[in-house]
Amino acid sequence: MAGLEIPTWDPATALLIGAILLEAVVLYVGYGGLERLVGPWVMRVLVGGDEYA
Amino acid sequence: MLDSLLGAFTGSPELLALFVGFGLVVGILFGFFGMGGSFLVTPALLMMGYPARVAVGSGMAFVFGTAVIATLKHHDLGQVDYKLGAIMIAGTTLGIEAGRASVFYLEDLGLAGGVISVAYVLLLGGIGLMVTREALKGDGGGIDHSAAEKDLSEYEIPETAKRIQRTVRIPPMVTLRGDVQVSAWVITIVAFLTGLLSGFLGVGGGFIRMPAMIYAIGVPVPVAIGTDLFEIVFSGAIGSYLYGQGGGVDLGIVAPLLLGSALGARIGSAATAVVDADGIKIYFGGMLLVGATAVGIGEVGSYLGSELLEMVGLTLVIGAAVVVAAAIMYTTVMSMRAVRNGQPPTAD
Repeated sequence: MAGLEIPTWDPATALLIGAILLEAVVLYVGYGGLERLVGPWVMRVLVGGDEYA
Repeated sequence: MLDSLLGAFTGSPELLALFVGFGLVVGILFGFFGMGGSFLVTPALLMMGYPARVAVGSGMAFVFGTAVIATLKHHDLGQVDYKLGAIMIAGTTLGIEAGRASVFYLEDLGLAGGVISVAYVLLLGGIGLMVTREALKGDGGGIDHSAAEKDLSEYEIPETAKRIQRTVRIPPMVTLRGDVQVSAWVITIVAFLTGLLSGFLGVGGGFIRMPAMIYAIGVPVPVAIGTDLFEIVFSGAIGSYLYGQGGGVDLGIVAPLLLGSALGARIGSAATAVVDADGIKIYFGGMLLVGATAVGIGEVGSYLGSELLEMVGLTLVIGAAVVVAAAIMYTTVMSMRAVRNGQPPTAD
């Protein structure tokens, strides 16, 4: 059976996981900004007002 | 590895659009119900023909990215117990590694895809039945949004948790937020079992861990939500790293899924302020049941070598998620229009 193993340092895999982390943070900040920017406009189109935006 | 990073941007446009769209749907479900959705990713990837370690590893990396985004939000709300999170991380890490080793072992035997699919059928079917039954009784399912908004001092510890806190007094005892005192061993065992599930199925495990934290440890609901997400960031990172070392994380899958889900989660989360989730939870339970059936059909198709059955299974998994996400969107817009026009909003 495949045994339990201690993770060894692998720069390439760390870069891969770091890229996912970076994307997540960029998306959190980016979509937050986008929401403030176009949120009221989207609410006007969908509902006719922006009291929920 | 650079090839893998670049590969995220060189996939076919149709596949990229599919992953972004599926990510959007999963994000809406996650943002609205606070759980679910993410455990549709791995079976969908399995049915698309990805090897088990890529389906589970990429599913886990996607969960990691989603948890980072959600934790940033809950940190701002002060809903993370870092002491509880640290103990959970230790237990979960061991569990994930045991689960991952099991997947690699089953893969060596050529049984991984089949066993994981069967586990998904049982898991999705079981949770689907539970949520549907509770929704029919009117008790809801998933996260109680109103409970999450209560003050910690107003929270009542469930009877099961009280009994465990009274009977299991093995030191060291830990005091958690909300003045909850519990043995560190209880926390570690809960963490190990949910980690095992995460490592084996590539899911965050929140849909098991959150009820376990609430009913076995006695953690207040908002703290359980925030701490669970914080814990998933670490367990997801470690799990993704371990799978990534074995070539199990495909950025070409994870990056577009995350692009869609981050937007979907914002939409789903905003919808909770407008729509009563109880009216939609029955659809959520139904979606899980359809998902379980779809994985079963896909697996039979794979066993018989029938591409048609595999396609039917994949269409059902994605279709069920799309229908529920569309129902959330439709109900949200209709409720907002009703309020705008001065009518009382409908619950469902």
